[in-house]
Amino acid sequence: MAAFILRRLGGLIFVLIGVSLLTFFLAQMVPADPAGAALGSNAREEQIAAYRKQLGLDEPVVVQYGIYMSRLLRGDLGNSIRTRRAVADDLRDFLPATVELTLAAMLVTIVLGIPLGIIAALNRNTWIDASARILALIGGAMPIFYVGLVLLGVFYRQLQWLPGPGRLDSTLQPPMQITGLYTVDALLTGNWPVFANAIAHLILPAITLGLFSTAVLLRMTRSSMLEMLGQDYVRTAKAKGLGERVVIGRHVFKNALPPILTIVGILFGSLLSGAVLTETIFNWPGIGRYATTSVTTLDYPAVMGVALVAAIIYPLANTLVDIGYSIIDPRVRAD
Amino acid sequence: MLLRRFSKERTAVFGLLVIVIFALIAVLAPLLAPYDPLKQDIPNGLAAPSAEHWMGTDKLGRDVFSRMLYGARISLGAGLGVVLMSAVIGTLIGIVAGYIGGWADEAIMRVTDIFFAFPSLILAMAIAGALGPSLQNALIAVAVVTWPVYARLIRGQVLILRNREFVQAARAVGAGHGLILRRHLFPNTLSPLLVQASFDMGVTILAVAGLSFIGFGAQPPTPEWGVMISEGRNYITTHWWLTFFPAMAMLLAVAGFNLVGDGLRDVLDPRLRR
Repeated sequence: MAAFILRRLGGLIFVLIGVSLLTFFLAQMVPADPAGAALGSNAREEQIAAYRKQLGLDEPVVVQYGIYMSRLLRGDLGNSIRTRRAVADDLRDFLPATVELTLAAMLVTIVLGIPLGIIAALNRNTWIDASARILALIGGAMPIFYVGLVLLGVFYRQLQWLPGPGRLDSTLQPPMQITGLYTVDALLTGNWPVFANAIAHLILPAITLGLFSTAVLLRMTRSSMLEMLGQDYVRTAKAKGLGERVVIGRHVFKNALPPILTIVGILFGSLLSGAVLTETIFNWPGIGRYATTSVTTLDYPAVMGVALVAAIIYPLANTLVDIGYSIIDPRVRAD
Repeated sequence: MLLRRFSKERTAVFGLLVIVIFALIAVLAPLLAPYDPLKQDIPNGLAAPSAEHWMGTDKLGRDVFSRMLYGARISLGAGLGVVLMSAVIGTLIGIVAGYIGGWADEAIMRVTDIFFAFPSLILAMAIAGALGPSLQNALIAVAVVTWPVYARLIRGQVLILRNREFVQAARAVGAGHGLILRRHLFPNTLSPLLVQASFDMGVTILAVAGLSFIGFGAQPPTPEWGVMISEGRNYITTHWWLTFFPAMAMLLAVAGFNLVGDGLRDVLDPRLRR
């Protein structure tokens, strides 16, 4: 077990080095001169030269990468050209919003996707199954930015049932920062008005972001359940007189679970991608919107920071799922 | 034989029909469109759907129906371009990795790991931004994040095929590497390739539209579906037709490719039949 975990973590380190190389290479491709961009158009030649020297931009690329890596290892992601703050500080401020949104979307995905998938499989080839499959088809093919705009238009602007963009109403103060997740922090400090408001603000973006992954999970759950329902041991269990609930719960669902778990891990990546669009639409102050603004303004230190953090979170989530999976199913450790 | 089995998958045939219709629209857009998709008629802006303008007009008085038809051209073309680019690059790399094996395989697979580490849209956005926002650069960006999928897929296939009897037989009778790769390995990787390509058409259409929506893909006034939704975003409750029709076009086209992908997979890989 320990060897398996070590091997996975070793692979992760290799991936992270590659990721740092790739983001560094990307920043090199940007045609704009970062020094010129940082100092503005009024900067004098000498100022720009001095700034380039300060950042090490006058060194050969290999040396620059060395400087970049040594800073990175100390947790220094450089300074944002746009916000003029340390990128690491910016990310610390924006990341919790994305984590909260992503977890909420994952909750939507699991709460809707797994039960609907099970119900569809148990009612195979009925209208229930057909509607679940149509839902999955639409959820998987719908542009989520349109879904977000419609939800916002209908439930906020027209009906005014739910609050609009942002994480909290502007009249409320954010809760005392503990985790950075407004819902959790409000709960921990017993701040009920903020808790209720933060939940209300989460509903529409979480549904928007979770729709696609719900569709994928629904399909996966359905097909995994169907595969197990057809197994001999299920027939045996039924034949020996076990109740429907016991057969489905203990024999079918438990065995259908590993592939479902794998998909949940993979879906984290699609949620982080989707967060870019969702955060833009809902004006959600997370790293997705931060990335979009940074790319628009060619603020590549910031873009590199986001890409790096995203590329750490995603394989880490997958590694955790794999480790969890290997605890449930010892066979996967072999390969 | 395969065709007959495919024709029995009713939903897949429906998907294929949808794709064919969109392909026809894309090719024939100049003939089908009642108006020039770029022609402005500002006094007649934001007109509701009518006999003259089936899908209404946008704020500049452009005909939404004509723009939607031209949008099919861009989205399907984008899908095809990206899938071709990434399938060709990924297949070549995957075949080499699987066939040579050893350190080359190890190295190539670790490189694909790096690409898989990024959430695709974030990497695509960073690439598109670095290259400068345009439709062409958005396609390159999406292809860069898509090719590793093909490299992995084809490599896995080649690893399985490499030790099969017919390949060993070919080797035994003295066939060279080139011949074995071309004649025996590549043709046998085609069916999973086709399934993957079908799904990726849908994924790519959504990704390119998403990039265009946030400003890193096609630029206004291009009649691209993502751009159209972005331009109509402030009118979503008051003038629904600006965004509804391009969104439905995208939904239909992507669902079409997904259904065909499902059908192909069921036909080509009977083990996965549901």
